Amino acid sequence: KISTQPFSLNPTSPTSHDRPLVSPVPTSLFLGSTRKLRLSSSSKLNLHRRPGTVVAVSDVVKQKKSKSTHSLLITKEEGLELYEDMILGRAFEDMCAQMYYRGKMFGFVHLYNGQEAVSTGFIKLLKQQDSVVSTYRDHVHALSKRVPARAVMSELFGKTTGCCRGQGGSMHMFSREHNLLGGFAFIGEGIPVATGAAFTSKYKREVLKEADCDHVTLAFFGDGTCNNGQFFECLNMAALWKLPIVFVVENNLWAIGMSHLRATSDPQIYKKGPAFGMPGIHVDGMDVLKVREVAKEAIGRARRGEGPTLVECETYRFRGHSLADPDELRDPAEKAHYAARDPITALKKYLIENSLASEADLKAIDKKIDEVVEDAVEFADESPVPSQSQLLENVFADPKGFGIGPDGRYRCEDPKFTEGTAHV
Amino acid sequence: MKVVGVIYVTRSILYPRHELLLFEALREGLEEEMERDPRVCVMGEDVGHYGGSYKVTKGLATKFGDLRVLDTPIAENSFTGMGIGAAMTGLRPVIEGMNMGFLLLAFNQISNNCGMLHYTSGGQFTIPIVIRGPGGVGRQLGAEHSQRLESYFQSVPGIQMVACSTPYNAKGLMKAALRSENPVILFEHVLLYNLKERIPDEDYICNLEEAEMVRPGEHVTILTYSRMRYHVMQAAKTLVNKGYDPEVIDIRSLKPFDLYTIGNSVKKTHRVLIVEECMRTGGIGASLTAAITENFHDYLDAPIICLSSQDVPTPYAGRLEEWTVVQPAQIVTAVEQLCQ
Repeated sequence: KISTQPFSLNPTSPTSHDRPLVSPVPTSLFLGSTRKLRLSSSSKLNLHRRPGTVVAVSDVVKQKKSKSTHSLLITKEEGLELYEDMILGRAFEDMCAQMYYRGKMFGFVHLYNGQEAVSTGFIKLLKQQDSVVSTYRDHVHALSKRVPARAVMSELFGKTTGCCRGQGGSMHMFSREHNLLGGFAFIGEGIPVATGAAFTSKYKREVLKEADCDHVTLAFFGDGTCNNGQFFECLNMAALWKLPIVFVVENNLWAIGMSHLRATSDPQIYKKGPAFGMPGIHVDGMDVLKVREVAKEAIGRARRGEGPTLVECETYRFRGHSLADPDELRDPAEKAHYAARDPITALKKYLIENSLASEADLKAIDKKIDEVVEDAVEFADESPVPSQSQLLENVFADPKGFGIGPDGRYRCEDPKFTEGTAHV
Repeated sequence: MKVVGVIYVTRSILYPRHELLLFEALREGLEEEMERDPRVCVMGEDVGHYGGSYKVTKGLATKFGDLRVLDTPIAENSFTGMGIGAAMTGLRPVIEGMNMGFLLLAFNQISNNCGMLHYTSGGQFTIPIVIRGPGGVGRQLGAEHSQRLESYFQSVPGIQMVACSTPYNAKGLMKAALRSENPVILFEHVLLYNLKERIPDEDYICNLEEAEMVRPGEHVTILTYSRMRYHVMQAAKTLVNKGYDPEVIDIRSLKPFDLYTIGNSVKKTHRVLIVEECMRTGGIGASLTAAITENFHDYLDAPIICLSSQDVPTPYAGRLEEWTVVQPAQIVTAVEQLCQ
């Protein structure tokens, strides 16, 4: 076996589930509770000192949880909301797999099972006007951002009632209403778009004088993307202009069959934040409460105009890269290790142990979500497929872009032109 | 001629004009639109404090601020993508490629996001972005600074491409592009920035989809754009002296083609010569030849002749560079050949 194991349990370290190569900074340097994670408001980036702070949260939150039974991290309502969102993500993705194998959806479908804590932990803290930019593994980001399950399922089935009228598909979920800016097939190409959305937020505040505009953008992407130029270029620009953005790395250790450790000279992604002048944080992405604590801080920083943050979430996908991936390369022991840290099981345990919810409450949610997902499938099944007139409708926002035909009229004036018979 | 002089003077009084250079016309158009709509902003390398490497944005950063005229780091793919994200969320950015060739680094964003996102989002997001910059073969700038990207981008669905060639249409196309809801790539030419012309004082735009009739004629249709327009007009003088009557059309809209103006001309003259600066293979001329053949085959008395640049990385040596692009003498020969 090669010497660099992707993980090993280290029973002697206080946080036994951390991988040695990404073990947190020794706890003596750790800043303590979430309030202290914030760089003091008076400190501007002093370029003569190391500008950001590299922290890991796992220790602290665990410490905090066991210390006092009075201060829980969440209320009952919040707990149930988080649980429901994660169950929705899981149930939806499981249904996708079924539907794919039944021939209802096609192409490349990338499922999010196992990573729900990241999506729920972050996106549930956002307002509707905040933006989310994702990758091809975007179904659950869409659901967390409150895009209706019906719209997402219809999109996957390629129906006109899909959120993108069936024109985007699994890898291109968009929702203007919910400010979900995609869904991108090429890794890294969404990060500049997210940077642009954050730029707009800053522009609105400073140029258009909309003083209360504090919209934040979250950019989600994986470990493989962190070796891509666009990642670094955008870290630079976001820090340079203090854009209200959080870069969320969903490090699930694998880019299809390429292990993160085989692809990256320095696999500790969170360390790359300070190199660009922003804090870099590593968090246990299988624990929704830890993710949420870090997210609160990072999103708060952005909202206050203090600039971007790089958050590396250590997480894992229980299924293959896509439904076409046989997933033969990953060590079964590694999979078992992370399966034991299923974020949904962990939250359930927390809720019950801390008397925030009963088994019955949670079962009721399970049932409710089952119905939501079944309803989504039914709705998608019954929805119509696009007609040919839809083919060219959305190529241009202004269809005059198709030009002037030989007869002197704009092609778009011909009602049948959208069927695709017009040459350009 | 006295009568014409009187008419010209009268027209100047009734429709006042001012004289400026092409790069100033671009700036004027951009400035007017920035005043008119606070969402219009500029992003690019050295557009702010430096005023633009060809001075198109000179003075704008002082007037509108560093955020509206944003000096970006050297990261074309990312700042083009940033412009696209900004456009999706409500702004109307102008992305300047310091040289159009640099936008090859932004191909990912231009093809995948700029061209596609309106469609893949089911029409939810519009991308009212303008991507502009100088391209074309200059004076011994070397191969990489002498590229013609219009041929590479023309297949990207969802974008429009226009090329300006005079101060009048530079300002008009700039303004039209900024007001358009579609992503527009505006191709300028390195050698045309100092052209001088008197342009109207009042607000005007040039239609993005229309071609421009430069010189009406009867014998042959010459279709061209950007710098080659001037080589064509130079050749036209020679041709007129030789007794020919060429009709010269500056197609301006590289994507989509204005098949109405072009078609009417073909139907009149029955002979077509295309003069372009793109390379022989896969250029705008190649597409235009196909479009004309498809649509107007019956009206042609002779096969279309397309004069393009040689398929070669533009050499540095002056003479070699001259032989790379189409020269007026070749245009004259081609017309004579067509009209035999």
